[in-house]
Amino acid sequence: MVPPMNIMLAGFDIILIASLLWLAWNILATDDIFKAVVLFISFSLLMALCWVRLHAPDVAMAEAAIGAGLTGPLFLAALRRMKRIHKSERRMDLEEKRPDQQQTAGPASGRFNPVLLMLILLLACLTGLLAVVSGILPVQTEGLGNLVADHLPRSGVTSPVTAVLLNFRGYDTLLEIMVLLVAVIGVWSLNPAPMPRQTMDTSPVQVSLVRLLAPVMTLVAFYLVWQGAARVGGAFQGGAVLGGAGVLLLVTNFTWLHAIPSRPLRLGLTLGPTVFLGIAVWCMISNGTLLAYPESSAGSLILVIETACALSIGISLTALFAGGRPNDSLSE
Amino acid sequence: MNTNLLYDLAGILLVAFGLFALIVCAHPLRKILAVNIMSTGVFLVFIATAYGTGMEAVDPVPQAMVLTGIIVSLSITALALILACRIQETTNLFRLRSEKSEDQRAIES
Repeated sequence: MVPPMNIMLAGFDIILIASLLWLAWNILATDDIFKAVVLFISFSLLMALCWVRLHAPDVAMAEAAIGAGLTGPLFLAALRRMKRIHKSERRMDLEEKRPDQQQTAGPASGRFNPVLLMLILLLACLTGLLAVVSGILPVQTEGLGNLVADHLPRSGVTSPVTAVLLNFRGYDTLLEIMVLLVAVIGVWSLNPAPMPRQTMDTSPVQVSLVRLLAPVMTLVAFYLVWQGAARVGGAFQGGAVLGGAGVLLLVTNFTWLHAIPSRPLRLGLTLGPTVFLGIAVWCMISNGTLLAYPESSAGSLILVIETACALSIGISLTALFAGGRPNDSLSE
Repeated sequence: MNTNLLYDLAGILLVAFGLFALIVCAHPLRKILAVNIMSTGVFLVFIATAYGTGMEAVDPVPQAMVLTGIIVSLSITALALILACRIQETTNLFRLRSEKSEDQRAIES
């Protein structure tokens, strides 16, 4: 059943989509890569609006926290790290774009480039094909919404998205937590965290603001986890907010951050995966099926898993932003 | 022209933009941005296809899968960015090119 489409809503859709496409094009075509990253952050915010429009509030919250709040800073940190080597080159891909700017004519100095033309042609064909396919696909299937709604009372939570994430499709979420852990291990194995320059003086306004914000954000994170059982929210949104608090602490460059030993950090990092895996295996031993929670205690088990995972996700995201392993290695 | 189709088309266009930039641009950060835009396009197609299918209840399965996808794409982005930084630190090159670029020649001479 296609929802009734009034004029206002249609106008909103068209404006939203036009600005999304315009931003995407500018991200990929602008000369200045710093500008591209800033545009990407606003692109993520518009995407969050898009998810709300499409009735996916859980995704919207995750996109706003992760897309705009964490991916953008990750890019900025990488940019800064690259710039540290080549200072005075803010527009470092300027000379890269100069040959590419004659893209329509081809990189080989104004000559007609058949490869690029072929590429554009192929991509246009692909786009057209996908558009036709999405046009003729039968959209009016029932979907899995009703199936989920039927089984919701047995899942232990009342939010359908949380029920799918942690009960019906818990296996996906378990693997996803592992992917995040593997990413952190990969980053840690590449290099130690770059030491911040001690000369960088942080503004006192920022310091006091972060002192105020960090506890509030932690509180919001755990509130999101708690309300995830019934409404919008859950381990990912909570973990993302927690990670955001961690990133704020890192950029404010508090000296006590570097005195934190790495052992509790490592324990916190693996807490979520360990708890999740432990409960999964315990279920397998008692019921014979991986991740089949007993119906009576499903709600509390999900809450335990979500809290542990949110903590681990927050620490993982902060570790990814720090960009390397802590300096006190356990092996030394 | 309905809402599903409109957002589907936007998602497909985002994927096409991203794929084009991924092939054409040589700067690693731009390539990673392009991959991010491609993944966003895929998510958009996914959610837009599910929009309005269930009568009252919104289908939660695509939402849960997209949530998983967002975290996975963040993990990939973070790892790729660190790899890009390492490539830059070890080779001093700003672009990824198969043949020897001007940077490399300048270093060697």
